[in-house]
Amino acid sequence: MLLSDAMEDEEKWLAEGIAGIQHNAFYMHRALDANNLREALKYSAQLLSELRTSRLSPHKYYELYMRAFDELRKLEMFFKEEERHGCSVMDLYELVQHAGNILPRLYLLCTVGSVYIKSKEAPAKDVLKDLVEMCRAVQHPIRGLFLRSYLAQISRDKLPDIGSDYEGDGDTVMDAVEFVLQNFSEMNKLWVRMELQCLYYIHFGDPELRPSFGLSGLQGPARVRDKMEKERNELRDLVGKNLHVLSQIEGIDLDLYKETVLPRVLEQVVNCKDELAQYYLMDCLIQVFPDEYHLQTLETLLGACPQLQPTVDIKTVLSQLMERLSSYAASSPEVLPEFLQVEAFAKLSNAIGKVIETQGDMPIVGSITLYVSLLTFTLRVHPDRLDYVDQVLGLCVKKLANKPKLEDSRATKQVVALLSAPLEKYSDIVTSLTLSNYPRVMDHLDNGTNKIMAMVIIQSIMMNHAYVSSADKVEVLFELIKGLIKDLEGDSDDEFDEEDFNEEQNSVSRVIHVLYNDDPEEMLKIICTVRKHIMAGGPRRLPFTIPPLVFSALKLIRRLQNQDGDAAGEDNPATPRKIFQLLNQMIKCSSLGLEGWAETIEALSYVPSPELALRLYLQCAEAANDCDLEPVAYEFFTQAFVLYEEEIADSKAQVTAIHLIIGTLQRTNVFGVENRDTLTHKATGYSAKLLKKPDQCRAVYACSHLFWVDDQDGIKDGERVLLCLKRALRIANAAQQMASVARGSSGPVTLFVEILNKYLYYFEKGNPQITSAAIQGLIELIKTEMQSDTVTPDQTSDAFFACTLRYIQFQKQKGGAMGEKFDTIKV
Amino acid sequence: MVLVLAIGDLHVPHRAPDLPAKFKSMLVPGKIQHIICTGNLCIKEVHDYLKSLCPSLHITRGEYDEDSRYPETKTLTIGQFKLGLCHGHQVVPWGDLDSLAMLQRQLDVDILVSGHTHQFKAYKHEAGVVINPGSATGAYSSITYDVNPSFVLMDIDGLRVVVYVYELIDGEVKVDKIDFKKTSTATM
Repeated sequence: MLLSDAMEDEEKWLAEGIAGIQHNAFYMHRALDANNLREALKYSAQLLSELRTSRLSPHKYYELYMRAFDELRKLEMFFKEEERHGCSVMDLYELVQHAGNILPRLYLLCTVGSVYIKSKEAPAKDVLKDLVEMCRAVQHPIRGLFLRSYLAQISRDKLPDIGSDYEGDGDTVMDAVEFVLQNFSEMNKLWVRMELQCLYYIHFGDPELRPSFGLSGLQGPARVRDKMEKERNELRDLVGKNLHVLSQIEGIDLDLYKETVLPRVLEQVVNCKDELAQYYLMDCLIQVFPDEYHLQTLETLLGACPQLQPTVDIKTVLSQLMERLSSYAASSPEVLPEFLQVEAFAKLSNAIGKVIETQGDMPIVGSITLYVSLLTFTLRVHPDRLDYVDQVLGLCVKKLANKPKLEDSRATKQVVALLSAPLEKYSDIVTSLTLSNYPRVMDHLDNGTNKIMAMVIIQSIMMNHAYVSSADKVEVLFELIKGLIKDLEGDSDDEFDEEDFNEEQNSVSRVIHVLYNDDPEEMLKIICTVRKHIMAGGPRRLPFTIPPLVFSALKLIRRLQNQDGDAAGEDNPATPRKIFQLLNQMIKCSSLGLEGWAETIEALSYVPSPELALRLYLQCAEAANDCDLEPVAYEFFTQAFVLYEEEIADSKAQVTAIHLIIGTLQRTNVFGVENRDTLTHKATGYSAKLLKKPDQCRAVYACSHLFWVDDQDGIKDGERVLLCLKRALRIANAAQQMASVARGSSGPVTLFVEILNKYLYYFEKGNPQITSAAIQGLIELIKTEMQSDTVTPDQTSDAFFACTLRYIQFQKQKGGAMGEKFDTIKV
Repeated sequence: MVLVLAIGDLHVPHRAPDLPAKFKSMLVPGKIQHIICTGNLCIKEVHDYLKSLCPSLHITRGEYDEDSRYPETKTLTIGQFKLGLCHGHQVVPWGDLDSLAMLQRQLDVDILVSGHTHQFKAYKHEAGVVINPGSATGAYSSITYDVNPSFVLMDIDGLRVVVYVYELIDGEVKVDKIDFKKTSTATM
């Protein structure tokens, strides 16, 4: 027999049952119309007999039940109108008990019972008690559950609740509670018994049971079990409805809930020892009763958790509870003291510990999920209690201790959630840095996830725009992000992804900028701490991490330098001691800083970034110049030249480097004659040695500026300027000749025009060595070159020359001293 | 009316973590027709960011730029104006107006945009304009002390260009406006 056949059969049985009900209902209606009580009872009992079937699955049985239920409503209406059948409700209560079969008899009894209570001819509590007891006679799970569900349905508006019509005369809310609890317990027992039935069927193949599940004996036990489990699950709301009814009883105040309702419900939940029932009922309990009650009975509620079956998904239940409690806490600030009063955190934390302990085979992901929930709870309810946060992380560390790194991706995900929660909560990221267990949790992540987490931390810091402002905090931060700072054990080159790596290192580079303190002393400490860590990063990382640190240090030096100015301008002589102290520190810091930095940048020269290192040396040289530290500045220039000579081979890179050297040197004024001569000599020398003639020419005329600084105290050596320009001119000539040899025509005259512009520059600046005659000569030279047949026409140089001549014209027309000066030049 | 954003010397991440948030919220895609960037971005992320603001992106190479494909100088014509672009570390003495004027003549442009000094400048020079948009991140500079983050927006309309300088001073954005009119088309 196949499953589909079984289902077809079931449809057939349902159809038969419905037909039976309809048939009897027809006669029952006739009897009701005729006010014939005896006939009505007879046909209604026959109609209800259809519910005695054990061949239908819960789903189909429910359909049948609803049909019968509709008919019973009509019967109830009839019972209510005594004048129609002439029988007192008390007699009616006796009369229906003559029905032959137990199930129809009890349905009828419940129906009359409902009318009986409503008539108030007997105390509600007595009738309810009688009914709930009588229903015990049906022990078949499905039949029993539906019968009791019927009882719950007809009685729910007739409970002796506070303020209801049925309260008083000795009927109290206690009676209502007793009734519902008893019905609940009985229903739960019936529901749990289904599980046993299922086992019997699997173990012994009880043929009596087979049809009720619509299954064939040929199907494997696992399938059978799945199907039965599913069917059982469909019935859970019948049981849970009792808890709903309880939650709606007005008379259940906190005391009554605490003393009676909760202990009794939990007793039933724990004792039934059924996984499905325990999970569902715990969840239901938490959902239907108010959060305030849960908070006040936390100990009792949580106490039940470790007593549940080890397979119950208790983490979901507890997560739900914590979620609800945190929403409750968020609902109003007035409830917060309650949380403290009942020590909610400690209790939850304890309970979770116990659950994890008792459920020994709970996978690691389960435990961590629980910690995530607890952490979320405490972050929402007690945001000020960092110690709680740290405690939760500590529990997690304990759980992960002595275990290899996590490999379960779901568990990893939960740990990431655990670590991300405080980052999201505290806008001041530094708060998270004070959590001692934070790095210890991170240690349990695999290297890849560790890096991802480190990136999350950096991003949080960057997003909050807050400084990490002490060396200690920086130390902690670097401990957290160490996965990015250095190679970790087990990092392999095979997985190296350059794009990821660059992104990570750029993030580290960014974060260095927010490690900052206004206090120079602390700032220096911060810089030293960063330096210590990044130096361990190896050659691949240094080009990323050194530059931001160098600039961070340069900024500090500039700050000290600025303070120097302020202090000197300070008129108040009352605290000279203070000023001296400060000066002393400043100079010490500056020099220490700078020399320390030289060492740091030296590390750069070992890595394949000599161009970058050269630029940083020049930056330091200029800063040293600004601090009036000649030897330091000289040392930096020397380092830059060494790199230039030994490491920078690419001709294009050389051009840029030499311009940077010239540009920096042009701006320095700290050097005495001798040092200055050495350096300018070197710069000019290297300029003239560049690979390409035009590059040589341009670098050499740029060098002319080393001898002419256009400010008040600047060096003004007109002769050497002229020497440079003449040298540039010679190179330009040579370039022209080379081009002529190589291509049979000369190159563009642009170099000559550039030099002409330099002549004009110095002419305007009043360099006595630059004469109008020389300029005139140059103009003629260019004109001749341009008209020469061999010259390749070049629009760019033509335009440049035209612009230059126009400029001369412009200066001539200016009048005044400048106009006079230009007067002798003819264009 | 054409809006041109002139921006440069961001030095991310060497000297600054990112563009100021205030600038980022002001610079939105779809408003700007061209971006001219003097260089020193320094990483690809910044390039991609600028590209996301406006696909017409023109960059010259700063001495810290990773991307070696950026040219040393670049010229482009927008409306009636010819613009020249150069980072400026090649022009010694750095930031010297007379030396930049020579470059302007060499490139034969009406507007020369250069950077390197991290200091906002806009001069009328001869018949043209020399602009330095400063450093958009307010990056440290050995040349300029106390750098404020700044960039320049040029509104080019016929023979007129209005230069708006956006500067972030103590967390507040200040705007300055400088008006230039091209007197003749002689340089064109």
